[in-house]
Amino acid sequence: MTAAQRVNVWVRKVPSWAVYILGAMIPVWYFWLAVSGQMGVEPINALERALGLLAMQTLVVVLAVTPLRRWTGISLVSHRRALGLLAFFYVCCHLAVWLLLDVQDPGRAWADIVKRPYITIGMAGFVLLLPLAATSNDRALRKLGPVRWRRVHTLTYVICVLGAVHYVMVQKVWEIEPLVYLALVLALVATRLPRLRRRAAA
Amino acid sequence: MARRWTNDLTLSDVTPKQAYLNRRQLIGAAGAMSLIGGAAAAATDETLEPNTFEEITSYNNFYEFGTGKTDPADHAHQLTIAPWSIRIDGLVDTPGDYAADDIIAQMDIEERIYRLRCVEAWSMVIPWQGFELADLLALAGPKPEARFVEFQTLLRPEEMPGQKFPILDWPYIEGLRIDEAMHPLTIMATGIYDEPMPKQNGAPMRLVVPWKYGFKSIKSIVRITLTDTQPRTTWNKAAAAEYGFYANVNPNVSHPRWRQDTERRVGGGLFSSRIDTLMFNGYDEVAGLYDGMDLEQNF
Repeated sequence: MTAAQRVNVWVRKVPSWAVYILGAMIPVWYFWLAVSGQMGVEPINALERALGLLAMQTLVVVLAVTPLRRWTGISLVSHRRALGLLAFFYVCCHLAVWLLLDVQDPGRAWADIVKRPYITIGMAGFVLLLPLAATSNDRALRKLGPVRWRRVHTLTYVICVLGAVHYVMVQKVWEIEPLVYLALVLALVATRLPRLRRRAAA
Repeated sequence: MARRWTNDLTLSDVTPKQAYLNRRQLIGAAGAMSLIGGAAAAATDETLEPNTFEEITSYNNFYEFGTGKTDPADHAHQLTIAPWSIRIDGLVDTPGDYAADDIIAQMDIEERIYRLRCVEAWSMVIPWQGFELADLLALAGPKPEARFVEFQTLLRPEEMPGQKFPILDWPYIEGLRIDEAMHPLTIMATGIYDEPMPKQNGAPMRLVVPWKYGFKSIKSIVRITLTDTQPRTTWNKAAAAEYGFYANVNPNVSHPRWRQDTERRVGGGLFSSRIDTLMFNGYDEVAGLYDGMDLEQNF
């Protein structure tokens, strides 16, 4: 058995309910840190950013699943749905903190969504996540059929780019860390281009 | 000749040292209690209680040490501040290098409890010690044709790691019109809570212009130049549409990134409410400086 196969055996042993529960605990843990004064003296901003970064990181992992399998043989496919839904959950938490704790007013939030491009782009990413989250279950997969389901889920690429662009634009200056995430996302999306082009041609 | 401006906040508004050291634990505990109790109201009311020393020294924008809010507190210890001198030059009678210790020895150090409003829509109340900038400029004798004052922060990448990256056009430059610089509200601050100025807050000496957004209040100053032309300031060069030369706190002029009509006072915890932002950050006595000016145009 190769090293990759040994890893795969181990990965498959992790039940997906454990991934869901552990993953969902992270925002709860962050919230506890923020409420108990362990996230600095301005916890609203800190929590908002921590959740946004967590969502971004999870999206990068989701994007990496296929290239990782192709290049190393290590397969996280059995947990990809859980990771995708967790990313959606993190984005929801990020949005909730922004709306309820930061802006504190739906009218003002809407005005920001319309007026400020970095918020518009982040919001577009969230809206595009909704159909993906709604179809991340076996029933939807059966109903749509694998071809249409896969076509809907290519939206992931658009969402990840929007998320990374949002992250870059939130900063006041060109910061290195968000640009690294954007580069990672673009590189991971680029690995799909030959296949997407082939499918478009077919 | 100082004390031309009287505080509306007085010494009695300053939290005693023991209390400011303890307040955050109390807030943390209160937040946790309200969470358990299901009530979302640990919000502070609009009082002018100064922020704690810990709040003032652990949540800073000082990009010379990194862009994160805690980067200055984490990295500023690398900065050496002695010896330190400030070059005052340009349109002055006696240009030269003025040693920081000599300046402080000559000045009438007083307490100024000011609101500080960041362009990012957060704010603090800070008990500064310092002296009026007008008194420092008087040492060098501004010439009548001087119309602007340009300030420069130390450029020393080996001690200021943020300067190793060209995120801003280093060194940091700020500027004031001469009448703004001479206004009795404008101070050079040398301390906080009777402690020498912490490095992350701009040791040994920094500007404080309380009616302008915080980025105008340039830190760790090494050079002051009096000129007849408007200085090209750092944030204005980086994004002219976002950061104007005047940068007066103005709830009526929205910023491309943040609306400016409300702000959040740091220290209120996770459930702190927004409060209304005041014109000129509440310092109406400066309104006369801008008579006849369109403040939407000159933001």
